[in-house]
Order: sequence, then C-alpha cells, then structure tokens
Amino acid sequence: MQGDLGLFLRVILQGLPVTVGATVGGIALTIVLSFVAGLALLSGSRAVRVVSRIYVEGLRGTSEVVQLFWVFFALPLLVGFQIVPIWAGILVLGLNHGAYGAEIVRGAVQSVPRAQIEGAMALSLSPAQRMRRVVLPQAIVEMLPPFNTLFIQLLKSTALLSFVSILDITGITQQRLIPNFGSQDFSIWLVVLALYLVMSLLITGVMRLLERVAAGRLGRGPAARTRLVTTSAGVG
Amino acid sequence: MNPVWDWGFALSILPDLLSGLVLTVQATVLGSLVAFSLGLVFALALRGPAVLRIPVRGFVELIRSTPLLVQIFFLYFVLPDFGILLPALAVGVIALGLHYATYTADIYRAGIDAVPVGQWEAATALSLPRTRVWTGVILPQAIPRVLPALGNYVISMFKETPLLIGISVLEIVGQAREVGGVSFRYVEAYTLAGLLFLLLSYPAALAVRRLERRVGIA
Repeated sequence: MQGDLGLFLRVILQGLPVTVGATVGGIALTIVLSFVAGLALLSGSRAVRVVSRIYVEGLRGTSEVVQLFWVFFALPLLVGFQIVPIWAGILVLGLNHGAYGAEIVRGAVQSVPRAQIEGAMALSLSPAQRMRRVVLPQAIVEMLPPFNTLFIQLLKSTALLSFVSILDITGITQQRLIPNFGSQDFSIWLVVLALYLVMSLLITGVMRLLERVAAGRLGRGPAARTRLVTTSAGVG
Repeated sequence: MNPVWDWGFALSILPDLLSGLVLTVQATVLGSLVAFSLGLVFALALRGPAVLRIPVRGFVELIRSTPLLVQIFFLYFVLPDFGILLPALAVGVIALGLHYATYTADIYRAGIDAVPVGQWEAATALSLPRTRVWTGVILPQAIPRVLPALGNYVISMFKETPLLIGISVLEIVGQAREVGGVSFRYVEAYTLAGLLFLLLSYPAALAVRRLERRVGIA
C-alpha cells in the first residue's frame, strides 16, 4: 500500500509541470488582458469601451468548456491550422479569466478617491503619470485580494485541459492511473486533491505577500486580513 | 468544399442542442437546490462550537481550493466503492451542489452577520426559542439580502455544468460534441452551444444586477 502511494505520486507528479506551466502562463496572460480590457472599459472613447465590453460579457457569459472546445475543434477548421495544445489551453485560460480580471481592474481603479486624481492634476502630472504614480499604486492594493481568488479559479480550471487530452495532473491520473489501479481510486484522487490544495495555498501565500508589499509602498501598515502571515514573514 | 458556416446544418442540430440545454438547466436547478440547503447547513455549522466549526472550515477550504472536475471524478469513481450506485447525472448534481455550497455558505454568513445585533437582543428579550429566532427573525432578514449573490453563483454553476461530460452526461456541450463529431462540423456545433449559453446567462446576469440594486436600496 505504502509503495503504491509512492508510485501514484510519481505518476501524478509527471503531470505537475503541465499544470504549473498552464497556471503560470494563464495567470500571466490574465494579468495582461485584465489591465488592457479593464482600462479600456474606462476609456474616453466609446468604441474602445464597446469592444472591451463585448469581450468581457462574451467571455463571462459562455462556459469555459465551450470556449476550450471552440478553440480546439472549431478554430482549426476556420483558420486551417492547429495551435500547440498547451498554448491553446493557456490562451483559453487567459482569455476567460482576463474577462473576469477586467472587471476587477475597472472596479479597483474606480474606487480610488476622486480627490487623489484632482490632487495629481493640481501637481500638473500628465495623464500617464497620474495613472502610473497615483491611481494604479492605490488601485493595485484593492485588486490583489480578488485577483487571489481569480488565480485560484484559474488553477482549478487547468483541470479542464484534460478534456482535450492534455496530460496535466488530472489528465494523467484519469488516463494512466485510473485504468490500471481502479480499485484504489480513493487514495489516488485524494493525492490529486491534496496537490491542488498545496498549489492553492502557494498562490494565496504569494498574493498575501504581494498585498503587504503593495500596502507598504503606500505607507500603509499590513491590513487586518494579512495578520495570518505576519507571524511567519517578518518583511514589509 | 463546404462553406465554413452551413445554416441548414446549424438548424438541423438545434433540436439536439436544445435537448442538451434542458439537461444542463435541470442539473443547474437541482445543483442549486443542493447548494442552497447545504450551504445554509455549512453556514450554521461555521457559527457552531469548535468541534463542528473546525472540521467544516477545513472541508470548505479543501473543496474550494480544488477543481470541481476532480471532485466530480472523485465522487463518480469512489461512491461505488462504498456501494453507492447512482446515475451519472445524480453524481454530477451532488458534486455541483457540494462545490457551490462551500461558496453559498460564505454568502449566508455575510447575510447573517449583516442582521443588526438589536434583532438578536429583541429576540432574546422576547425569550423566543432558538429555532424560532433563526426561522422567524434572523433568516427572513438575512436571506433576501443575499439573493443576488446566490443568483450569481447559480449563473456560475450553469456555466460549469459542462464539466459533467467528464462522466458522460450528455448536456449541451456533450451534445455539441456528438453532433459535431458525426460530420466533423464543429464550428456550428460549438458556436451555437456558446450562443445558447450566452442567451440564458446574460439576461440572468442582468436580472441579478437589477435585483442587486433593488436589495441595495431596501
């Protein structure tokens, strides 16, 4: 039994680079798209706002599985070539979660008090300087907790990639382990769940640290909800 | 060469997709019922004594931090080991309901916390029995306030029911895969499936937003 558990772990861990790669890649794309689409939602140009709104509502309104299958099976028929599966997977993860992230960015930027912008204007900062030096540093503090939730959602969504034969930890479990060790599926799936839990905790840990850094840069002390990590991490 | 988009084919697969959509909606409704009731149980347990609170908190965190798809597989493969043989759709409904119950629990908690403390004191002053305090005073005030948030989770769940194709439930995306696979015409199948999702979820999202405003004023 003990030996089997080691074997299960070894097989499942072969899928770990794919899960981690898809998560990291998806998060990177999500961040880029969130800021582009989120700031576009606040643009002065109506056309830019409409395009961004269509992206956000379209991607949030349909199922991620449909988006995944569309990119994998419909898109190649339209464009005549197929994207490397893992990149297509990262694309779908990023596009989908970027649409949710756009609303986070929009909300956080709008939550910055009006007086801050007026103050920046009074100091005759250019619009770009206002955004970079005044608005965003404050908005980012607001964004980090919802982004934490979003990134965990993204990590969980990587399991969908097993639907298109990508061997992430869910895919490898389902295709390699379950057919051979079906009678021990309880412990196998428990290992998989534990791995996802560890990865979720890692994401939360990193995000909490970033929250402290971002709040520290504004000269604010650690917020009440970061107390959990203050005992272990003495930085900030 | 066939055109990229064939209207005749699109129309011909619509009945199959709609039958899949019906199954999707059924799973969502049943899953929501599980999530609403179980979520309330979790929420009350999280206010209970430590022996109850700590294990429930751990369970909630585990469910939330791990993929719904893995939980679906877990239930689908593991329940029969314990002699529980259920149809795939029932397993799916349980998994959806259980997963979302961990989210609705927090919604209920926020709603209960938002009930003014004076209401508790008044209930105590009237020496109402414990169950009566909950059913007659606290929950009737807490639940209407959290309806929009619960609605948002129903919409999320609706969009996650396609995960059930993992255990061969032929909901809408499963149907799209079947009808698209026969003739290798995936463009129509998946585009229509996506549009059908949008057709239901977007108006639902607008309705929730309107409800949010109304509850916010009240």
